[in-house]
Amino acid sequence: MKVHEYQAKELFRQFNIPVPEGRVAHTVEEAVQVAQGLAGPKYVVKAQIHAGGRGKGGGVKVVSSLDEVKTAAEAILGMQLVTHQTGPEGQTVRKLLIENGSAIDKELYISIILDRAVSKPVIMASTEGGMDIEEVAEKTPEKIVREYIDPLQGIQPYNARKIAFALGIPASCFKETVQLIMGLYNCFWQKDCSLVEVNPLVITTDGQIIALDGKVNIDDNALYRHKDIADMRDEHEEDPLEVEASRYHLNYIKLDGNVGCMVNGAGLAMATMDIIKLYGAAPANFLDVGGSASEEAIENAFRILLSDQEVKAVLINIFGGILRCDKFASGVVAAAKNLNVTLPIVVRMKGTNVEEGQQILRDSGLAFEVADTMQEAAEKVAGAVKNPVVA
Amino acid sequence: MAIWVDKHSKIIVQGITGKEGSYHAEYCKKYGSNVVGGVTPGKGGTKAALDLPVFNTVAEAKATVGADVSLIFVPPPFAADAILEALNAEVPLIICITEGVPANDMVKVKVALQQSNSRLIGPNCPGIITPGQAKIGIMPGHIHMPGPVGVVSRSGTLTYEVVFQLTELGIGQTTCVGIGGDPVNGTNFIDCLKAFEADPETKAICMVGEIGGTAEEEAAEYVKDHVTKPVVCFIAGQTAPPGKRMGHAGAIISGGKGTAAEKMAALQAAGITVCQSPAVLGETIKQVMEAKQLLPA
Repeated sequence: MKVHEYQAKELFRQFNIPVPEGRVAHTVEEAVQVAQGLAGPKYVVKAQIHAGGRGKGGGVKVVSSLDEVKTAAEAILGMQLVTHQTGPEGQTVRKLLIENGSAIDKELYISIILDRAVSKPVIMASTEGGMDIEEVAEKTPEKIVREYIDPLQGIQPYNARKIAFALGIPASCFKETVQLIMGLYNCFWQKDCSLVEVNPLVITTDGQIIALDGKVNIDDNALYRHKDIADMRDEHEEDPLEVEASRYHLNYIKLDGNVGCMVNGAGLAMATMDIIKLYGAAPANFLDVGGSASEEAIENAFRILLSDQEVKAVLINIFGGILRCDKFASGVVAAAKNLNVTLPIVVRMKGTNVEEGQQILRDSGLAFEVADTMQEAAEKVAGAVKNPVVA
Repeated sequence: MAIWVDKHSKIIVQGITGKEGSYHAEYCKKYGSNVVGGVTPGKGGTKAALDLPVFNTVAEAKATVGADVSLIFVPPPFAADAILEALNAEVPLIICITEGVPANDMVKVKVALQQSNSRLIGPNCPGIITPGQAKIGIMPGHIHMPGPVGVVSRSGTLTYEVVFQLTELGIGQTTCVGIGGDPVNGTNFIDCLKAFEADPETKAICMVGEIGGTAEEEAAEYVKDHVTKPVVCFIAGQTAPPGKRMGHAGAIISGGKGTAAEKMAALQAAGITVCQSPAVLGETIKQVMEAKQLLPA
């Protein structure tokens, strides 16, 4: 799960990580009020959306008076902010973070992730702050330092010192930087983060270290033990259909094509998307109904994938294991009848109770196209979207 | 032969009195697996499905009925604890089916695992099956048949798909291992490749990967230097967009890394036959094996 910058900074404060003074605002008036409580003379108005690249998209403004805070807030709040991560349609800005401006001397980079190859957390830091770190990693990999942390010992001061020395942190804030790095790691570990990133981490002209930005992602599997963070979820930032699907514990991701897919199992769902593409069509979604989908879940899955207006045909690919084909077929028939589905539906089922399942489809009186192999299913559904039958 | 499990493997089920645990304990035993008992803390002394004895602790179960394998079906918040308990009792093979275990829990388990002699398969996996001998997991047993192909996969139902294709073509399997879809897991591709290479009954290897991480790239490097048997591979997620988690916690393209294209290129460079389509995996394995005269005429 992703959280907003202002929420990441709330977490940082819990770990005594210095962040600029400031607060979230939901209206222009509130933005001015927050700014009035700040020291000034510079203020920063920052759009709060989950995507990165906000500055380049015009979502971050540094201003010098309360009037300018008002003007900037008016401009940013409600705008469709387009960044390289939002897609061309952009994301509506509903919240602002109003902060005191910092006089920056030096911009650095630091992040913590789990390195899957060694199953250990790794801290990555660089003197090239404020830049796109992927670009730094590609062009000048020697400018990124890595420190692996023993997960049982947790971070030790020496780990943090190594990074601080590598970054050339001046004596004026060396001790504070070591504390900041340890705080970031403790936040990462104790809050079950999958990513903690500060870009830029800055040294101010008066020699202070401060987390100017903050990005935190949380491991969805661990949210059950962090109710405070689970409450930070902002459904506005997610695709409405994905939000709806998550209510029924369905794994749905909206894509750009027009073939709706319903599959059991994530790997098979991806493979089904791939084969649709191979046959010249494009998947409209990823949808894993899971291993033990109830009839109700199947109906909801159907409804959600059909509420995508782009969908012109549906491919159902089920490999019955725990999920029996007959039970699944009943769910599909009920859903197709209840929802009055008129689009072509290609069904491919294999595995446990497949004959009973196919019988249920045949007896339903609905026009399912039954396919034997994945290949045949993909061919049929690609044919259906290319040459739509006019009803 | 096969790898790691056969009809003699004594199996206990942790979480045997739960809904999933009891259901699958029964199905594994009916398949012919040597399930000897189970563990549910607080229910020791009672009987589970098929009259299997229930113990309070793994240590007690192992001391009383023996345990070569522990199959774990406990809910995510308790899964790491269950794995560590089995490790502590020195159960040689631990298979964790549970989906949704927090990554940090697995990071801790991984450290303990590296200091032990036990092997962990999973979590978030279908388990392991040696067809005709032992089914230890949630896969449908009837689609498998004994034969010469070793199968290793990060996915569940996609593995069933491949196995089904092979069985339809009359090609059986030595052992099928589902290593799971999580970012931190126990057994990896390389462990399985090593075991299949060493197993005289395995004549060819089918590997099913997916987007995310670099496990497939590392496997490709290993195959290049250490595997003489033919390997056929498919990578799921060629059409997946970056930054989106495709169901499995581990299946995500992040920071421009872990794409299907990169993986496929690495595998091809290692001399592995890579299928574009999941529908032709079985047929491709057949062709590769026929070309090397690895199938009986």
